[in-house]
Order: sequence, then C-alpha cells, then structure tokens
Amino acid sequence: MATEAQNASAAPVDAAHATTDRNFFQERSGIKSWLVTLDHKRIGLMYLVAVVLSFLVGGLFALLIRIELLSAGRTIMDADTYNRVFTLHGAVMVFLFIIPSIPAALGNFLLPIVLGAKDVAFPRLNLASFYLYVVGAVLALASMIIGSVDTGWTFYTPYSSNTDVGSKNAVIWMTGAVFVLGFSSILTGVNFITTIHKMRAPGQDWKRLPLFVWATYATSVIQVLATPVLAITLLLLIMERGFGLGIFDPRLGGDPVLFQHFFWFYSHPAVYIMILPGMGIVSEIIATFSRREIFGYMFVAMSSVAIALLGFLVWGHHMFTSGQSEYSTMVFSALTFLVAIPSGVKVLNWVATLYKGQITLSAPMLYALGFIVLFSIGGLTGLFLGTLSVDIYLHDTYFVVAHFHYVMVGGTVCAFFGGLHYWWPKMTGKLYDERLAKVAFWIFFIGFNVTFLSQFVLGSRGAPRRSWDYLPQFEELHRFSSVGAFIIGIGILLMVIVFVRSLVSGAKAPPNPWGSAALEWQTTSPPPVENFASTPVITRGPYDYHLATEGELYAGFPEDFEPSKKA
Amino acid sequence: MSTATTDAPTASLEEAQPDAAPQDHGGHGPKFLAHHFDTPVQQFDAAKLGMWLFLAQELLFFSGLFVLYSVYRSWYPADFSWASHQLNRFMGGANTIVLLFSSLTAALAVRSAQVGDRKKTGMLLLVTIACAFAFLVIKYFEYVHKFEAGLLPGDRFHPVAAHLAASTRDLPIPQHGGSFFGIYFMMTGVHGLHVIIGIGVMFWIWLRNQRGEFSEQFWTPVDLVALYWHLVDLIWIYLFPLLYLID
Repeated sequence: MATEAQNASAAPVDAAHATTDRNFFQERSGIKSWLVTLDHKRIGLMYLVAVVLSFLVGGLFALLIRIELLSAGRTIMDADTYNRVFTLHGAVMVFLFIIPSIPAALGNFLLPIVLGAKDVAFPRLNLASFYLYVVGAVLALASMIIGSVDTGWTFYTPYSSNTDVGSKNAVIWMTGAVFVLGFSSILTGVNFITTIHKMRAPGQDWKRLPLFVWATYATSVIQVLATPVLAITLLLLIMERGFGLGIFDPRLGGDPVLFQHFFWFYSHPAVYIMILPGMGIVSEIIATFSRREIFGYMFVAMSSVAIALLGFLVWGHHMFTSGQSEYSTMVFSALTFLVAIPSGVKVLNWVATLYKGQITLSAPMLYALGFIVLFSIGGLTGLFLGTLSVDIYLHDTYFVVAHFHYVMVGGTVCAFFGGLHYWWPKMTGKLYDERLAKVAFWIFFIGFNVTFLSQFVLGSRGAPRRSWDYLPQFEELHRFSSVGAFIIGIGILLMVIVFVRSLVSGAKAPPNPWGSAALEWQTTSPPPVENFASTPVITRGPYDYHLATEGELYAGFPEDFEPSKKA
Repeated sequence: MSTATTDAPTASLEEAQPDAAPQDHGGHGPKFLAHHFDTPVQQFDAAKLGMWLFLAQELLFFSGLFVLYSVYRSWYPADFSWASHQLNRFMGGANTIVLLFSSLTAALAVRSAQVGDRKKTGMLLLVTIACAFAFLVIKYFEYVHKFEAGLLPGDRFHPVAAHLAASTRDLPIPQHGGSFFGIYFMMTGVHGLHVIIGIGVMFWIWLRNQRGEFSEQFWTPVDLVALYWHLVDLIWIYLFPLLYLID
C-alpha cells in the first residue's frame, strides 16, 4: 500500500520531469515574449520587478527624510523640499509598492498554481492591469519631474486644492496616477475573485484552500468595493483643482471634512488590502516550517473575511480630531476595537500551530516569526490610538508614525520578504544562501526596532509628525531612529545581494525544497507553462501532513527519491 | 470537470483521468474555448461573474456621487429645488425613454444571439448604438443651454437672468446653486462617459458579430455588453428623478 501510494503521488512530478522538461522561462524567449505575455507567472514576475523598484525608490526617500532629521534645523534640505520628500515616500510606498506588492506580484504567480488551475480567469485583463500600473507609475514620475506634491499621501483638502509649491499641476498628475493605479488594483481584484470561484481544480473545495488564498480573496473583495470610492474622490479633487468645482471648498459651500470621509472610506479598508495578504503568507510559512496542520483553519480563514468586512466600518477613527460628531467618534472607536478580535484570532492560532510543531528556523520562518512579534506590537498600539482620550493626545505625533510602520513594514514588508524567500526556489528554480539570508533578516529586524521603537517614545513625548524641524529635547531619539533606518538599509542591501547571487550562481532547486505538503510544491521548480503536467485532482488540504505521502514531502530531487528513475 | 475522489486519502495528488476532463489542454475543445478553461460552461460562468464584479465596482464608483448629492441636498434643499427647475424636464424625460428603449433592444440582441440569429443581433446592436448617440445629442443641447445660462459649477456659477426658467426668474439667485451644478455636471458627465465607452464596446461586439464569432453555443460577449448597458441605463433611471424632478 505504502509503495503504491508513493508511486501514485510522485507521478505528477515525475511526469512533469519526463514530458515537459521546459519550464515557463524556457517555453518562449525574447523581450516580446515578456511584454505581451498572458502567462500569470510572467506577469507576476514583471509586477515583482516593478514593485521592488518602487520599493527601492520609496526607501531612498525614507533615507532622505531620516538624514534631514539627524539634527534640528536644516540638515540637507529646506522645509518645502522636506514636505515633498515625505509626501513622495508615502505615496510611492502606499500606491506603488505595498498595495500591489503581495497580491499582484506573489499572488499573481501563486494563485492559479495553488488552485491547481492553468491561469487566472482573465489573462488579458491581468496584463492590462499590469500596464495600468505602469501608466500610473509613469504619471507619478511625471508629477515628480514637473515639481512634485507636498500634500502628504492623503491629499487632504483644502490644502491639496490650493497648494502650488513646486508646480500648480503636480497634484493633478499625482492624483491622476493614483486614479489609474486604483483601476489596476480593481481589475486585479475582479480577476482574482473570479479565479478563486471558478478556476479551482477538481476536489479543491473551499475548505481545502490555502489560507493565502482566503487572504487574497478577502483582499480582492476590498479592492473591488473600496477602491472605486477613492477613484471618484480623486476625480472630484482633480475637477476641484482644474475647474473650481467647489465641492470641498468652504468658500463655495463645500466641506473639506467630506473629503476626509471619502478618502478614508477607501483608505482604511486599503490598510487591510496591505496587511491581509501578508497574514496569508505567514500562515503558509508557519504551517510549512512547523510541519503541522494550521490550528483552527476555519477560524483563521474567516478572520480574514471578518477583517475585510469590519474594515469598511471604521474609517472615522482617522478623523477623531476633525470635528466630526462626538457620537460618531464613540461608535467608530468601539468598532475599531472589534478589529482586534479577528487579528487576535490569527496571532493566537499561529502560536498554537507552533506549539509542539517540528520547527525549522529557516529564513522565511524567521520573517514569519518576526511578523508575529512586530505585527502584535503594531496592532496593540493601534488600540491606544483607537481609544478616544488617548488619541487626542497622540494624534499627529510620531506615535502614529511608529504604529503604522510596525503594521506596514514590520507586518506587510516582513511578510513580503518572507514570502519572497519562501517561494524564491519555486519562482526562479534556484536556491539561495540560507545563512546569509538569516544574517540579513537579523540586521533588518534590529534596524527596524531601532528606527521605530524610538519613534513610539518620541510620539508619547509629544513630537509632532511631518515636521521638518524639532525641539532640541527630541534630537537624541531622532538620531537614534535615523541610525536605525540605515541599519534597515544595510539589511535590505544584503538581502538583494543574496538574491542576486542566487540568480547568478545559485544551485538548482528541487520541486519541494522545504518538504511542504502544499500544492505549489508538487510541481516542478519553476513550473511548466500550464503549471502542472496535467490537471491535479485534490484529495486533501494543503496542511494535511498526516495525509501526505513520503513522496510528496520529499525535499530532494524526485530522481533521488526513486533511484530507478535516474537512468 | 471531473469530481474528486475523496475516498482515497493516501494517494492525494493523482493525475486527472484523461477521459474525465475531455476538453483539457486547449485545442481539443471548440474554437471559442480559451486554453486555460476546461469547459465552455466554466468559461461562461467565469465571464459572467467577472462582469457582475465589475458592475459592483461601477456602483461603488457612482455611490460616491450619490452620497455627495444626499449630503448637499440636505444642506441646501431650497437651492437644489431652484436649480432643479433650471433643468429641461422634457429633454430629460426624452432621454429616459431613449435609454429605456435601448435597454430593451440590448436585451433583445442577447436573445437573438442565443438563438443564433446573427443578422437580427447585428441590427439590434446598431439600434442600441443609435439610441446611445441620440442620448448624447440630447444631452449636448442640454449642456449648451447650461453654458449659455451660466449655470456652471462652483466659481463659475453666474446665472444669466434671460436664460433662466420662467417660474424662477423673479426669485433671488441662490448662493449654493454652484454646488448643485457641480454635482449635476459630475454625475451626468461621468454617466455620459459611460455611454461613450458603451458605444465603443458595442461597436466592437457588433464587428465580432458580423465576423461570425457568435453562435448558439457562444454568445457570452453579447450578454456581457448588454449587462453593462443595463447598468448605464439603471444609473440614469436614478439620476433623472434626483436631478430633474425635485418637488
């Protein structure tokens, strides 16, 4: 029985080796085969390159900010330039990096594979959304060249409808860019929801979906339902600037706070567009490197959906000091606390999965554990800010900056790096240097905490955010934070070196280097164009280690598992 | 699609039976079946779901404007009433009828595509496109009148007494009429843009129909463009009373 099972299970991998010895890289070549490809794996990789470039640009702006804040008064730039730099840091990181990072890059690559499908439901729409992203990026770049925005990434009116620092039209170009990027995001969401509903392989029912898919599903729902509201808001802002529409202008009977409501109706759910896919990645990594079924699978899956739905009801907590009614603030505060429940469900279930698991502390696992620690800090400090009395004091201080960087960088970016390491062998077919990758993780982790723990202290002492200058008593902590930013930079640089070395001289990756039971590891690395040698039939969940065969969990090359096949 | 064999937990990832998925691996199915789908039914269901999701997105896109309308109307009810009287109810009503009729012809085009009547489908699509143009022409005359009367958004709101509706000519010019016309031009402008896009897409579908791409087995694109067109119609059904028929 045992050998029979092994033969049956090892078959797809072997068949893949025998029949399609060409992976999706080799199937076609030349620059055109990339630019007009409909293959979700190639589109995913193009997205990956694009978002990583955006991340490096955004990171450069972050370093400029931290250099300026090394000392009180002018360090390297004037106040107007500083305003533009922090605006660009925010806008590039949010709209060009974090929102598309995990879903559009890693999600595109993996979603069809983990569903057992050949591609996403609408491959052409997928390519279109990539090009919309490129158009958005070009528009954003244009806004930087013609003078650049200084409004902050939130584009609050009335400042954004009046400012003409740098250039009168920069706001129009930048919001136009975000408008286009929004539609890229919406189309990806439409595509993914349809793919998850309609493209699952035989036997891949909802209770067997990887948690990454559940997270992507919840994310896509937000993308489809929230992003259009941002689009119309930005369109109104563009019209306001271009034609004096007067909707947000108090002089003409308009209301600037209405803009904040509209903006946060999207941008709060967008926070969950950023964090949910990260949570999905962490679930995958934790399961694989604990070699254990996820504790409370359905709870973790539903908590993603719950976060997505609750996310639509809490936008007012960004506006506690905007002058909205006291009753609204109380309701928004209470609803905000509810978000802690599904978030807590996730963290506790991950920890319960680790308990008595067979843990391997590989680089992806370190990033996943780092996520749990940093996200917990970020999430819990969110409760400080959700509390009305405390928020009045902490609003617009560095405490807020530290809080959302713990969630966005400590959470999402950490998960993104983890996912990048975890799926790197699958995507490129190459192994990377584990030891050096772990060193990079520790540098990143230490640098991150140096940078942002100090900002919690700064904020609790009243240091205002977005300010070019500061009082002398904040200098020490600001310096400390700036040093941390450069430590992060070194960590990321080392990580880039690890990946480049892997591409140049990495060893060939076996189909399943981590010995995972999940479906994406049952095909070759990198996968063939249609992902599997033949459509797989799914008979167990991705974390069912007790049901997986030895062949499926074998971490080496299939021919070594069955030496008879070697010849 | 084949079904799962859940009773064999040990052999968890066996190969699909070749006969269980007859239209596997593109080239074996009908011509219209894209390579990554297993069956035409799967392809149709996916397309339909994708379109509904897109329409949901459209509704949310317009919802911002509807919220804006509610807020401003509750702030300035008298100004909105005054401004509403400046709109031409006859032209608005005519446009409502034109769009409703075009929705009917779009639905009939789907029906004739389903039964494989290519000629009739093409004709009905052309009628729908003609209606869309008629809508835009009427809208153009309305816009021209608003420009002449100085009934413009925000800053540019400077009504010319001679062009105002007779019933309101003796009333004072309201302070926030510009807010109404800001919302009016945004709502009808974005809606008009959807009409123009609809014309383009329907023309493309008409071309495909004339090339003979559709049959009793495959009429999905006609169905989807009609769905889109119904949404454009539906939004107008809300815009008309909200803008033209206040009190």
